[in-house]
Amino acid sequence: MKSSFKHKSSKAEALFVKLTTGCAIIIIALMAGFFLQLLWHSLPALKAFGVQFLFSAAWDPVRDLYGAAGAVYGTLVTTLIALCIAVPLSFIIALFLVELAPPWLATVMGHALDLLAAIPSIIYGMWGLFILIPIMQNYVQPFIGSTLHLKCLPFFSGEPSGSGYLTGGLILALMILPFICAVMRDVFKMVPRVVKEAAYGIGCTTTEVSFKITLRYGLQGMLGAVFLGLGRAVGETMALLYVIGNAPEVSKSLFAPGTTIAATLANNFAEADGLFKSSLFELGLILLIITFLIQVAAQLWLNRVREKSGGGL
Amino acid sequence: MKQETQNKPPVKLSVRNLNFFYGDHQALFNNDLDIYEKKVTAVIGPSGCGKSTHLRTYNRIFELYREQKATGVIQYNGQNLLDNSVDLLELRRRIGMIFQKPTPFPMSVFENVAYALRLHYKLSKSELAGRVEKALRQAAIWDEVKDKLHKPGTSLSGGQQQRLCIARAIAVEPDILLMDEPTSAIDPVGTLKVENLIEELKKDYTIVIVTHNMQQAARVSDYTAFFYKGYIVEFDETEVIFTRPQNKQTEDYITGRFG
Amino acid sequence: MKKRGLFLRKALNNATAACAFLATCAGVVFLFWILYTVISMGVTGLSWSFLIEPTKPYGIPDGGIANAVIGTFLITMGAVAIAVPTGMLGGIYLAEFSNKSRLGKTIRFSANVMMGMPSILVGLFVYTLIVIPTGKFSGFAGSIALAIIMFPVVLRTTEDMLSMVPNTLRESALALGIPRWKATLALLFREVRSGLVTGVLLAVARVSGETAPLLFTALWSDSWPAGYFTQPTANLTVTINEYATNSPYDEMHIRAWGAALLVTAAILVLNICCRTIFREKKS
Repeated sequence: MKSSFKHKSSKAEALFVKLTTGCAIIIIALMAGFFLQLLWHSLPALKAFGVQFLFSAAWDPVRDLYGAAGAVYGTLVTTLIALCIAVPLSFIIALFLVELAPPWLATVMGHALDLLAAIPSIIYGMWGLFILIPIMQNYVQPFIGSTLHLKCLPFFSGEPSGSGYLTGGLILALMILPFICAVMRDVFKMVPRVVKEAAYGIGCTTTEVSFKITLRYGLQGMLGAVFLGLGRAVGETMALLYVIGNAPEVSKSLFAPGTTIAATLANNFAEADGLFKSSLFELGLILLIITFLIQVAAQLWLNRVREKSGGGL
Repeated sequence: MKQETQNKPPVKLSVRNLNFFYGDHQALFNNDLDIYEKKVTAVIGPSGCGKSTHLRTYNRIFELYREQKATGVIQYNGQNLLDNSVDLLELRRRIGMIFQKPTPFPMSVFENVAYALRLHYKLSKSELAGRVEKALRQAAIWDEVKDKLHKPGTSLSGGQQQRLCIARAIAVEPDILLMDEPTSAIDPVGTLKVENLIEELKKDYTIVIVTHNMQQAARVSDYTAFFYKGYIVEFDETEVIFTRPQNKQTEDYITGRFG
Repeated sequence: MKKRGLFLRKALNNATAACAFLATCAGVVFLFWILYTVISMGVTGLSWSFLIEPTKPYGIPDGGIANAVIGTFLITMGAVAIAVPTGMLGGIYLAEFSNKSRLGKTIRFSANVMMGMPSILVGLFVYTLIVIPTGKFSGFAGSIALAIIMFPVVLRTTEDMLSMVPNTLRESALALGIPRWKATLALLFREVRSGLVTGVLLAVARVSGETAPLLFTALWSDSWPAGYFTQPTANLTVTINEYATNSPYDEMHIRAWGAALLVTAAILVLNICCRTIFREKKS
């Protein structure tokens, strides 16, 4: 009697474990599936162009010649611009919210910044298209180019068109800011109270504590934040699609129109077929590999930090 | 409360009517205390009696926390330290603090001291190195760290870290050193070294030390204040407090009947 | 020793504080600027007919977006139906049964990678998975794409929530002779209900604003979403994309802003609600 009861219960138990394990394993299958499917569908392009695909800036549907250089370059440039703006800005915003602002103000502003992360990326794109591009074209780019006389530098040469790498990078910066900022705030809060007190105790100002003590203490956590922002920025589609200019070229000028991997996919996929489509899949594969490497690096890094600090973050 | 004794040393810091609040909760009540120059004053009492709180008013480190407030007078060099006009950075240079846990900054041993120096002084490279060495020697840690000046401060043992923090505090030539249970987080050998160091340091500095260890208070201090529930119950020469306390509560605590 | 002046250090400190304040304000200003743009442009497009009529074929400007609203709702709910049960079960495995096994670690790692997966790649993947074999764009394919985005989020949220439950509760349930699966479903889930609901709602809010994964899967359409499983299905975000970029007509732009206002308002309301509820629960 007792043993049969036990048997029945353990059967249900085993079934439940199997069910949950199965559901969890889906995620591994999915990840593997991404690689397999994208690889499979990019095979024609891989065969046609080989390694050359990575370094060629050609993009000619008429002659069926494709290369990833323009899109990869645009992805890297816009991501770099976004990080250069968003990382220091997040640091200083976190400094304000954690160290300086009265609690009620920090709460209100903190929530406002969190909401910035909730706005769909297509809204960023529209705002960029209808608001930011005219501003860039009429004020910012002429200011940098003519008023500051930086036109002679290759980065700022060319006619102000409003769209391009710089505008794309700006929008991206705005999009990843709340994510990086959230991690930065945790980093500020992670510095042990006693160490902070000791720093104030020898007569440091808030600025000195933040830049000398907090920055060093939280450097690893902050690098985690950078990875997070990086991961978000490289794959962003809709926010960039409208402002990047969609020219599959490699231009030195940040004012020049360019493209990114994600924008190229969104723009061309519907009309493409044959080798064109396969090339797009290969672009997708490149983006997948970049994202994967970033995620792996981020996780290894965070695990190391966690082991070292024994919890937190 | 105070017993008059003949030829007292000059008063360095004089606390009058000090009250302290954590939000609505009052933690210190009308504290009066005189800190004598180049003497070690120990602050003892059961945990939660307000000893650390009292100490933390001297360099106003409590102001990091919005809800904490102190009222009263802490007279130092003819100025009330609790006055808004007091320059906090200069105040904290003059009144250094050592914490319960060693607090090396996330930098090298050398940088830990040099950083404090550079904050307050303009020094050439050689001057800086000289001052760092002097501070580390004063803190009786030079011999142990001279070969690892460029290792991270956190790589030292607990006792060494604490002496490094003392070196950092005395490098900027303060007047007064506040020590908040400086040996409670380090091992007995480290404790002994820190205690010996305190003995050395009182030649040059006025020291206030909070401790929960009565033997330590008896060993290192010249004067002792006994705190209980936010009040200063008794303050006198250490010898008097430990041999013939005037107050029943002090006696009970000293003899280990509570606390 | 030569003293360093305090003036410079204090000036630097004040300057940093001022910069920090301005930077924070700038962040908040951008939020309100974007919101202001969406609202001011959007309200001109809002009207009763806009809300209850379907979109018209290309070039005819006076359509509504009712079909897209319903389509978005269908696609999102489809994603929820797929991702929430599977994600929760997977999360139970990670929290309750994986211990520190290699499999558990691999799953957690994959989930983290999948959480950072660019949404456009999800669209591409589902295109190869559903659209190519069936030869049809469909709302269902869109649901699958959104579900793939939600799945790792639900999984990790469930795991995090369950691992916050103190072991004593597990032990006392098991000590009563309740089988593990029943204890998990009936007791532990009740314990973490509010956190889970919040996590799922935030994930819903996130995917309902996604555009990129739907571009190659659900596509869009100007009819009512009757063919959810077999035909391109209207949805708000892709409609916005079409109207905002592929159309020269100002009328279309206004409609795009109207739709944008609907999406943004819904998502922000959902977000704010979740945060307030969760905060109340916490305190």
